[in-house]
Amino acid sequence: MVMALIQESFFLPPLDFSSSQTWKSCRCPACSCWITSFFPWFGLDIGGTLVKLVYFEPKDITAEEEEEEVENLKSIRKYLTSNVAYGSTGIRDVHLELKDLTLCGRKGNLHFIRFPTHDMPAFIQMGSEKHFSSLHTTLCATGGGAYKFEQDFLTMGDLELCKLDELDCLVKGVLYIDSVGFNGHSECYYFENPTDPERCQKLPFNLENPYPLLLVNIGSGVSILAAYSKDNYKRVTGTSLGGGTFFGLCCLLTGCSTFEEALEMASHGDSTKVDKLVRDIYGGDYERFGLPGWAVASSFGNMMSKEKRESVSKEDLARATLITITNNIGSIARMCALNENINRVVFVGNFLRINTISMRLLAYALDYWSKGQLKALFLEHEGYFGAVGALLGLLDSA
Amino acid sequence: PTAVCLRNIITLSGSLTKLAYYSTVQHKVARVRSFDHSGKDIDNEPLYEISVQEEITARLHFIKFENTYIETCLDFIKDHLVNTETKVIKATGGGAYKFKDLIEKKLGLKVDKEDVMTCLIKGCNFVLRNIPHEVFAYQKDSDTEFRFQTNHPNIFPYLLVNIGSGVSIVKVESEDKFEWIGGSSIGGGTFWGLGALLTKTKKFDELLQLASKGQHTNVDMLVKDVYGGAYQTLGLSGNLIASSFGKSTTADKEFSKEDMAKSLLHMISNDIGQLACLHAKLHNLDKIYFGGFFIRGHPVTMRTITYSINFFSKGEVQALFLRHEGYLGAIGAFLKGAEQDNPNQYSWGENYAGSSGLMSTSPDVYPMQRTRSGTFDMLEMDRLERPLVNLPLLKDPSTYIPDTVDLTDDAMARKYWLTCFEEALDGVAKRAAASQPDSVDAQERAEKFRQKYWNKLQTLRQQPFAYGTLTVRSLLDTREHCLNEFNFPDPYSKVKQKENGIALKCFQSVIESLDSLGWEERQFALVKGLLAGNVFDWGAKAVSDQWLERLKGPPHKCALIFADNSGIDIILGVFPFVRELLSRGTEVILACNSGPALNDVTYSESLIVTERIAAMDPVIHSALRDEKLLLVQTGSSSPCLDLSRLDQGLAVLVRERQTDLVVIEGMGRAIHTNYYAVLRCESLKLAVIKNSWLADRLGGKIFSVIFKYEVPCK
Repeated sequence: MVMALIQESFFLPPLDFSSSQTWKSCRCPACSCWITSFFPWFGLDIGGTLVKLVYFEPKDITAEEEEEEVENLKSIRKYLTSNVAYGSTGIRDVHLELKDLTLCGRKGNLHFIRFPTHDMPAFIQMGSEKHFSSLHTTLCATGGGAYKFEQDFLTMGDLELCKLDELDCLVKGVLYIDSVGFNGHSECYYFENPTDPERCQKLPFNLENPYPLLLVNIGSGVSILAAYSKDNYKRVTGTSLGGGTFFGLCCLLTGCSTFEEALEMASHGDSTKVDKLVRDIYGGDYERFGLPGWAVASSFGNMMSKEKRESVSKEDLARATLITITNNIGSIARMCALNENINRVVFVGNFLRINTISMRLLAYALDYWSKGQLKALFLEHEGYFGAVGALLGLLDSA
Repeated sequence: PTAVCLRNIITLSGSLTKLAYYSTVQHKVARVRSFDHSGKDIDNEPLYEISVQEEITARLHFIKFENTYIETCLDFIKDHLVNTETKVIKATGGGAYKFKDLIEKKLGLKVDKEDVMTCLIKGCNFVLRNIPHEVFAYQKDSDTEFRFQTNHPNIFPYLLVNIGSGVSIVKVESEDKFEWIGGSSIGGGTFWGLGALLTKTKKFDELLQLASKGQHTNVDMLVKDVYGGAYQTLGLSGNLIASSFGKSTTADKEFSKEDMAKSLLHMISNDIGQLACLHAKLHNLDKIYFGGFFIRGHPVTMRTITYSINFFSKGEVQALFLRHEGYLGAIGAFLKGAEQDNPNQYSWGENYAGSSGLMSTSPDVYPMQRTRSGTFDMLEMDRLERPLVNLPLLKDPSTYIPDTVDLTDDAMARKYWLTCFEEALDGVAKRAAASQPDSVDAQERAEKFRQKYWNKLQTLRQQPFAYGTLTVRSLLDTREHCLNEFNFPDPYSKVKQKENGIALKCFQSVIESLDSLGWEERQFALVKGLLAGNVFDWGAKAVSDQWLERLKGPPHKCALIFADNSGIDIILGVFPFVRELLSRGTEVILACNSGPALNDVTYSESLIVTERIAAMDPVIHSALRDEKLLLVQTGSSSPCLDLSRLDQGLAVLVRERQTDLVVIEGMGRAIHTNYYAVLRCESLKLAVIKNSWLADRLGGKIFSVIFKYEVPCK
């Protein structure tokens, strides 16, 4: 009885199913799970540190639908959309919400939610308590955690995950969000005059013809992809020196306990007390090799000296850690761009969230070391593209 | 050496000071001189006169010591500074600033600072060109931790990754052309500085010690921590690090110093390896040499860097290291200062007697040795009279390996040969002392020689890789260098003189009896003669037949013969053979050692012997006159033969005369070395195996004959 009700109520008219298949699910080509795209529409990206969740809230629900909407679903919708924080660690990034989006013929808002990966069991528990499985929707998930937590979803939450490839989701997510824009504004932006702090400013960038593109995803670690067309992309390389390294080292060096705290400290520190600069060694520029005196010659190089170790602050250390990791990512990205012969580099990932220091430094470093040949681009929805891609995966396959 | 005269002094300082200086070393050499025989009773006179003379040769010294000894060192330099024309000394590195005043005050010289990287690259080119087995790959968990590389005739282009406090990546295209193509601030200073902060451990070496005991998986977030297993679609193993320090993102957990140090080491090594590979790929280079204090003799970092390069290049690029990496800057600074002496114009040879070997890889096992070589370490290079080059007839110079058995690789063989040399040592020392009966201190010097060589052998037992690949040749050469060091330039000189005299007396009757034989019998006897009569087992008959068949064909254009011993061997073995070749219309280049080694015939001895034979034999006489028989020197003073380091004059002649046959005779040249050498022309390798172990190894019996006639594949 309940089944029939759901099928009837949440069948999606615009999906072009032939009449005989109307309510049937289909096999996901990627992991051959059963995909059904009834509401609620979720996309999940379970990373090493953070879980990213996107939720499409339909706004065009008819009175009839509303009436027939099962209690469970209603409560999920209300819970998600009426709160900005969930439990002690879940957060909805309200400023990123995409309004009046048309997705598969339905109008609605896209919500962006994140919580730490170590709270994953609690999340699955909650899903189980809210009888999520009774909704018979498919949960599309990407990221390493889709594999790691697959069994937990099944046993604790009675949910079968549809696992989607990380790269596919990321690329799909980026292209989709960029194409719909950010509530009338540009999703993509860059920094003009990155080498001049006075004149440096954030400006929209038109990513209409995105290819070829180097996509640098900075999560706990870093993945670098080269995209040549919609279907032609590959992982070029990656590095283990990523957001996790910044945060991990900051915890050890300063005793901080949140990413926000680490960034806050970094913003008040002076990395030149910690790092050895070219001018500290050569007294100025190292002209033989064309190295400017301000360039870092050795990250944490001053910390070889006992006196200097005793004179730096936690803020200085946090700043140096941030600069070290950021410069290194910039340097590897630049080398990949050269090797792949690509001149536009898009940086995404949650490392960049509220992290203007790193974004400006990346823009600066790429511009400076490539003598203006490479351009660093950024996207407003930093770390959510994998999750968006997972949501699109759900709708595509159905 | 009896006297040292310093010409140029360079210091380079980090926490260690490296001093490079150029000295002229006075040492004894044996000379032979022909008597004027006119009107004398030839029969009762020795064939020629032997004299020991003082000779002055150039030597480069590189010494490394801790900065605390700098004053003592400067005093030493001051005392030996003979040439007052030197007004300026070159210095490079951080210490150039630190010790400038001290040096200027002590020595009364002006300190001239040189660019670090320029010096480094100059030094690197120098060692790559002049020191065999300079380069090695590091393989932990294999029998041979150090895999030494054959010197490639063309050393360019290459990538030099110098990991000091930061990282510099330099592309070197030629002697003078190099370019900084990139770098990274994450280097040795990051390991040290960040490591000191994280572990409260102050010293770099201690940090490495900590790291070698830690478990990085406690601190790093691995792929399997994120995925629960491997990331199969991308083929990423579960054990890969997804995020360095990704597990330390919590304020309420303690991590061990060892684990953090290990994680830091992996993070930095992987990062450097990745950047190096990206640069190598962009510039299409496959040789990457790593240096700098982060690497310097530390197996821990050589291992992690090697791992990283293998991983990121998918095995396409090899991480290479240099034996004398720590000296590059000093060598380069020195070369800059010594440009008027044109050191690059000469060939140089590593003096095994005066150089300390590569550091021990197991600091726990040999802490004494490590301390010793860490604080005081030296390298000596002797300037060779003439430049050395490849034999133009080598099929593939870049893959040519002179030595037949690699004793670094083969523990059984190593044990055997080291014992052999140990057991023979007393005899060698006795012979050395006996060779100078008139010298009052000969006994004392012989004992010093014995002690020095014994110590070298003990070092090699523990660190077989200390001087590059260990071979019978290197053991023999080291012995010669040690003998020279204690002024025994030619212990066999009298024996050779006597044997040459006796053999010459038999020459004519040997020739007569050979000439009386039928053609085929004579060819057989000639080969037998080349093998110096030690032929008990004629097991190589079949090969000899092939040689006979060849002789029935057209004569060779020109034969190059590497002679072995003085006495019967050269006079009654080689010369009749040479005579036969000449009679066939083949020109002959007879190559003998430039300097003495064992009882091998030297170039100067060969001149006298040939002159005397020419006086008896019209064939040899006319051949000498018409320049059909040419005597040359090999450029070597080794009982073995390295075809990639031969006198340039020899190489020129070989090319000019279109040499199409190479004859190599004797154990040292044809068995210990060159047994597997492949040439572009016909070759004859002959020897009698006078060692049962080796006979066994090569599948024969003791005193069996090696007669290898090889024709290159078309």
